[in-house]
Amino acid sequence: MAQIIIRNLRKEFGSFTAVQGSSFTIEDGEFFMLLGPSGCGKTTTLRMIAGLELPTSGEILIDGEDVSQRPASQRDIAMVFQMFALYPHMNVRKNISYPLVSQGVPKTEVRDRVAEVARILRIEHLLESPVGGLSGGDRQRVALGRAIVRRPKAFMMDEPLGALDAEFREIMSEELRGLHDRMRATTVYVTHDQLEAMQMGDKIVVMNHGVVEQFGTPQQIYDHPATLFVADFIGSPSMNFLRFDGAVKRGASSVSLSGLDVETPEILDETAPTKLVLGVRPEHVILSDAAPYRGRVLATEYLGTSQIITIEAAHGTLKARAPSGQIAHTGETVGLTFTAPKLALFNAETGRAFRTAANQGVHHG
Amino acid sequence: MTAYSITEPSKASKWVAGLLVAFYTIVTLLPLVWIISTGFKSGPDSISYPPKLVFDPTVEGYVNLFTSRTRISQDAPPPPAETWYDEITRDQGMVITGPSRFGERFMNSVIIGFGSTALSIILGTLAAYAFSRFKVPLKDDLLFFILSTRMMPPIAVAIPIYLMYRELGLSDTHLGMILLYTGVNISLAVWLLKGFIDEIPREYEEAALIDGYTRFQAFRKVVLPQAATGIASTAIFCLIFAWNEYAFAVLLTSGNAQTAPPFIPTIIGTGGQDWPAVAAGATLFLLPVMVFTILLRKHLLRGITFGAVRK
Repeated sequence: MAQIIIRNLRKEFGSFTAVQGSSFTIEDGEFFMLLGPSGCGKTTTLRMIAGLELPTSGEILIDGEDVSQRPASQRDIAMVFQMFALYPHMNVRKNISYPLVSQGVPKTEVRDRVAEVARILRIEHLLESPVGGLSGGDRQRVALGRAIVRRPKAFMMDEPLGALDAEFREIMSEELRGLHDRMRATTVYVTHDQLEAMQMGDKIVVMNHGVVEQFGTPQQIYDHPATLFVADFIGSPSMNFLRFDGAVKRGASSVSLSGLDVETPEILDETAPTKLVLGVRPEHVILSDAAPYRGRVLATEYLGTSQIITIEAAHGTLKARAPSGQIAHTGETVGLTFTAPKLALFNAETGRAFRTAANQGVHHG
Repeated sequence: MTAYSITEPSKASKWVAGLLVAFYTIVTLLPLVWIISTGFKSGPDSISYPPKLVFDPTVEGYVNLFTSRTRISQDAPPPPAETWYDEITRDQGMVITGPSRFGERFMNSVIIGFGSTALSIILGTLAAYAFSRFKVPLKDDLLFFILSTRMMPPIAVAIPIYLMYRELGLSDTHLGMILLYTGVNISLAVWLLKGFIDEIPREYEEAALIDGYTRFQAFRKVVLPQAATGIASTAIFCLIFAWNEYAFAVLLTSGNAQTAPPFIPTIIGTGGQDWPAVAAGATLFLLPVMVFTILLRKHLLRGITFGAVRK
């Protein structure tokens, strides 16, 4: 198992830059998520780590060794593809043993290791079946088996649950995470699904337009988004943005929204008057009748345990997550308060979050 | 999406369709039946009018096809017949003087037909794989150039090729004919096979690359087995062309590398119009392609419809 270090990784396809100067570190045994919308460069990054694409510049260190210009076959990593890529002309056993055959592992050992993997994944009864007739989940297990059997330094997974239907994704994501917890293998996992990334990942890199926007634990990324993009991309519904003009003073612990003071964590940055954005997660918008900040209820969505209330306020439309018992009528004017320690403040010009007492130590891209 | 409905066709239209298919089958098969039956007729039966549908089958035509014969002269009666084919020849008032050249010509066809098919497939598969998977400079232009070699009838370049082959010493050689047919077939092979290989997801090879195989191993062990269908159907098309080709064969071959197509008509000239022997030659000539096609027909059918529907 191995630590993977990515340094200033860059990939250009002709005039198009798919990945520009990414840097991050994947610790040994981590379940590491590369998250972002399609075309953000996450798959290209994964393919560069795997050796299926060679980087234009930058370094990839696996276990301290620079492998950035080496072919895939010499990197000792395994990959699970979105479409599984099981060899259609071989049965399950042959598919799983295929990587071992290339390494010249003796036949008896191949047998034993395939049997072991089949037991771990509970696919022993399928070993002699052709891969064509397998269900999506079983194909996924076989693809995992083919990766595990190698005992590689690291696993690469390119949206491995993307081809499964919703119900099955849930089961497989638990299985995957469980498998990882048992094997403790360094895993790099690409997904565009923020929920999947939050559920399964130890760490997450959020990418957009080939740039690393933020790098950290799911909690850090959810609670303290480093950029407006991350704030918007993570969470459902996403973070509310209150747009206003103003200045930021070092040491202040409030901002002034059109003359109304809103309490925030202590601000550690300073800027001249500019366009600002106050970020509030829906669960931190609290309806309280007496509050001076007012808004009008536009709609409510009932979700069972909670409800989403859409409110129109002076600085933008907000979504509040409230207990389902709370009564809010469309068209009514309500008071709003925000949970101060959980607020984020962004510079709308640069898209970056200001440093505050709350988000200290969070990695920017 | 446009709305459409699939309804059960009416009985009448089923009948009409059935009749049309039956009619088409008869039209297609009639010449084949005619050739095969003529091969088993005696000389007089083969030219009787009206044609005989019921006749005494004989292998006279086949014996004549494979032998050279001469008339029995009244002065020196030949020794008694030793074998069954001697006897068949005697019955026609002839005596066998030696084997004909048909066997040799047939073997030439086999060597040249299958040789050029194999070469076209090997080169075509490699080229198609490269075009499909790698960044080839001027890819589109090259592909168009390859296709353009098919835009005029091959015989249009017969004279230059005749002169070139004479200079190069390739006239009337097996190698010359194999190269020529490969040259004609290669464009078809590249284009057909590129279509097939494009359909094979790259992930399979990438999986093999990551599993520790080299690019060539991945090609051989993962891509080739999956391209089998495409290779089979392309091979049939190549073989059919090389096997049936007549014009170049007449022009470029005579003594050494002559194939069956130019040879079969010459049978007519030796010893009167021997239609049963011609028919026997044509029947034998049909067999290899028929057998090859029937063996690969599953692939052929899949090959033709392959990629027609996105999965």
